[in-house]
Amino acid sequence: MSAVETILAPQVQAQEHEHEVLPFWRQYIFSEDHKIIAKQYMISGIFWAILGAGMSVLFRIQLGFPKASLGWLKPLLGGWITETNNLDPNFYLALVTMHGTIMVFFVLTAGLSGTFSNFLIPLQIGARDMASGFMNMLSFWFFFVSSVIMFYSIFISTGPAAGGWVIYPPLSALPQAHPGSELGMTLWLVSMTLFIISALLGGINYITTVINLRTRGMTFDRLPLTIWAFLITAILGLISFPVLLSAALLLIFDRHFGTSFYLSEIYIKGEALPNVGGSPILFQHLFWFLGHPEVYIVLLPALGITSEVIATNSRKPIFGYHAMIYSMIGIAFLAFIVWAHHMFVTGMNPFLGSVFMFLTLIIAIPSAVKAFNYITTLWRGNIVFTPAMLFSIGLVSLFVTGGLTGIILGNSALDIQLHDTYFVVAHFHIVMGAASAFGFFAGVYHWFPKMFGRMMNQTQGQIHFWLTFVGIYLIFFPMHYIGIAGFPRRYYQFTSFDFTKSSFADLNMFISIAAALTFAGQFIFLWNVFYSIFKGKKAPLNPWRSSTLEWTTPVNPGHGNWVGEIPAVYRWPYDYSKPGATEDFIPQNVPYSQTTESNFPHETALIAEEKNMLPYSPNDQFRTEAH
Amino acid sequence: MIYAVGLLSIVFLALAIMVIVRVQKILKGVNGEESDDYAVNVNANAIACLVFLILGTIGAVWSFMSSRAYFLPEAASKHGKVTDELFWFSMGLLTIACVIVNVLIFYFAWKYRYVKGKQATFYPDNIKLEVIWTVIPMIVMAALVFTGYRAWTDIMSDAPQDAQVIEIMGKQFGWQVRYPGVSDNKLGAFNFKLINDTEGNVFGIDLSDEASFDDFTNSSEMHVQVGKPVLLKIRARDVLHSVFIPHMRVKMDAVPGMPTKFWFIPEKTTDQARADLGKPNFDYEIACTEVCGQGHFGMRLRLIVEDEYSFKKWMAEQKPFLTEHPELISKVPDNLKAKAAKYIPAVEAPADSTVAQVQTVGIGTASIK
Ligand code: HEM
Ligand SMILES: [Cu+2]
Ligand SMILES: [Cu+2]
Repeated sequence: MSAVETILAPQVQAQEHEHEVLPFWRQYIFSEDHKIIAKQYMISGIFWAILGAGMSVLFRIQLGFPKASLGWLKPLLGGWITETNNLDPNFYLALVTMHGTIMVFFVLTAGLSGTFSNFLIPLQIGARDMASGFMNMLSFWFFFVSSVIMFYSIFISTGPAAGGWVIYPPLSALPQAHPGSELGMTLWLVSMTLFIISALLGGINYITTVINLRTRGMTFDRLPLTIWAFLITAILGLISFPVLLSAALLLIFDRHFGTSFYLSEIYIKGEALPNVGGSPILFQHLFWFLGHPEVYIVLLPALGITSEVIATNSRKPIFGYHAMIYSMIGIAFLAFIVWAHHMFVTGMNPFLGSVFMFLTLIIAIPSAVKAFNYITTLWRGNIVFTPAMLFSIGLVSLFVTGGLTGIILGNSALDIQLHDTYFVVAHFHIVMGAASAFGFFAGVYHWFPKMFGRMMNQTQGQIHFWLTFVGIYLIFFPMHYIGIAGFPRRYYQFTSFDFTKSSFADLNMFISIAAALTFAGQFIFLWNVFYSIFKGKKAPLNPWRSSTLEWTTPVNPGHGNWVGEIPAVYRWPYDYSKPGATEDFIPQNVPYSQTTESNFPHETALIAEEKNMLPYSPNDQFRTEAH
Repeated sequence: MIYAVGLLSIVFLALAIMVIVRVQKILKGVNGEESDDYAVNVNANAIACLVFLILGTIGAVWSFMSSRAYFLPEAASKHGKVTDELFWFSMGLLTIACVIVNVLIFYFAWKYRYVKGKQATFYPDNIKLEVIWTVIPMIVMAALVFTGYRAWTDIMSDAPQDAQVIEIMGKQFGWQVRYPGVSDNKLGAFNFKLINDTEGNVFGIDLSDEASFDDFTNSSEMHVQVGKPVLLKIRARDVLHSVFIPHMRVKMDAVPGMPTKFWFIPEKTTDQARADLGKPNFDYEIACTEVCGQGHFGMRLRLIVEDEYSFKKWMAEQKPFLTEHPELISKVPDNLKAKAAKYIPAVEAPADSTVAQVQTVGIGTASIK
């Protein structure tokens, strides 16, 4: 245990930082502490997830039971239930739109990346806090205001935005086109503008922190893959979100100031509009220039978390650490040059279609490499089925199953038929929706002890996993069939067409039931989280026997994370089950000089250099503050 | 079928829960030692992995088999046969990959489950393996890109000269079709500023262009001739729509201000399809796949594929737009009035009876034979 003990006894050093006691509202509400901000993101993310998933259950009722009388929903939905006790078709579209927006942006971008980038970056790189605590706080509160506006928009009389989460103009630009383009759309745009500001403030902070505040010895090739993932995610966001912002601003101009960026030759509601020369396709290019990287903004943090969790719980180093980093960089680069695969049949030049097909299929290669590396990490491991591990294994399965259909959709010739059908819905829910959500679950289960100093119940977590995992496949696997049968997405009901009305009614019903049950299963998780926050078993220092730095902090890390000096880092984060070692993991802050029994020759050679390690971290914010 | 699916769902979920709860209890007794705080329910979860794998495979195969009957019938267009073949070939390939990978994941999870004191294999990298599994997908992708590229460029190539041109326009909420007429076989110009629903000029047909005099329109069906290339000229007048002809594997957005096109060769008449499918009421249909508002889910247009004789006959029976809206002669410039005059019905027939007649003829043709 000698190696491990070193980390538990931090070099005692007079702490130079003055510890003032902050008033409650500065400590827990307008907090600048990354751990509190992370929890704020987590709670908001969970709130939005319940709402967003609840909406999907509502519209699944419509799709699974189109003839059902929905009068019983009147108390909840009021006027959106028509005289005949049906769901208003406009509200159906609004629900779909809000569901997509909430899930992609508020849950999987803010909730996932916001929670874990904030929580883990300082803890895993050995920093006291984010580079700018103030900006970090601003980032959360921009997100909060953005959330309030989006939430408010659900309750206005014309309903929230309803043109699909991609809000293609002219539909979204013309208030007269449908109720969802009235005030609801304005609020959507305002909310998203604030959201983007929040994402940018957060992202700049993550990048700066990772680059500047790593503790001594924490070189880039010793960073845990979580941090690599968060860093690359933040860079993706920083480059692509401004493009969405400009798309949104131009749309605001078109809506309110009479410009014609996206509008041309339109006759609507008995009136020919004066706008000429604009192009709706321009919006799609701008939107997907964010939209495609966005799918990786959502997924990469989940993959980072998975890398960490799988290595820890297989008790093995992650296989192909460098290959993992290169493939993430490759994915990030390619993510910017595949956007038009969402636009094969928009009338875009077919030659461009060929180019984008080629680029899109290339992106499958680094994705495949990642999947293979995860699997090889499992091989000959000693796998502990913590709930986090189960969710990570599930994520790999979903990532592969969903990613493979991407290869079909990326083929422009095949996409002609499948575009905007349920096949696409199946593809992206599995590969992006479910996989990223699994990353979130894995992260919460894994770092809960660090966040709250208490353990979650593992058995409940495992039951939660199996319910969710089986549920996800039951919901989304059959959607492929419905898509192959040509069913278009965003249809209120399938009764208008011969090719849809006589088939799959039963399968749609089945999917809806599975969705409702899976949704219900999530309350196990909720219960587990909130119960454990208050009543969970007290967490040990390092419950998963993990080698990364966050587990060297006290059980409940205070402001500044480490008491005394920040530990130094001597090795990569994946020294699990090293031959010859006394324990099956060696924390990153244990020098090679203390593990001579397990060192490889090139590591023994490094011992000489260890003497040169600074006695303190030059990037320690408390230290510089004091000087 | 309903109940079979329902049953499967219950079996699936019940098994998942049962396996966890039951096995967990039993094994706790057997391997009491394993349920320390660190690793709980090891065997229950390991077994659940296998059960998932086996039941999942059975479920996937079974559900596919029972859903197949409801997939779209064989493509009724030339390019559709090519893309169908490509789709099922790729699907086959990817299914194999999907099965292999998932089997590995869950087999490994089961095989290498936690045993107290066991040492995992320290195996941080292997360049050779990485290269192998970079290169193999590369080759597979290259093959798929190549076949896809060839199909795509063929489909998107320019339509043959002799293609039947048909204009299809999306509006909230319905499709409008315009034919270039029988006399000049040329679509007349249009201008969105000329659209006027109350006067009946839904398309914004420009009557100062003489090519438009013999154009005729339809808002409920499109007729095409089997074996003859059809070039759809696609546009929208209010918001985005998307022309989707599922049986023909055709899809292309309709964009206001930016005309698009798609050409295809229908290869099976409606009658033939009815006979082959054994469904006397079968119809090809055109749907909308770009969300356009409240009525998006109901933008239906019938597509009737018929042999040359019936098609020509149908064409000849259609009343030009100008004939149906004789009052619009006022929009024809004076120098062309003489040319337009021959399309103006000599005897004023009440407008709506003409429309009704067109409709009956259209439907009648499809169901002849
Ligand atoms: C093997 C890699 C992948 C390929 C080749 C691929 C390809 C595609 C293509 C071509 C489409 C457009 C289909 C259409 O609209 O007709 C699409 C849709 C989508 N993909 Fe993927 N994909 C891949 C992986 C991913 C990943 C990893 C994510 C998420 C993290 C993702 C999320 C999405 C989403 C959200 C959509 C739908 C957007 C919408 O129309 O609303 N895909 N994918
Ligand atoms: Cu994409
Ligand atoms: Cu539509």
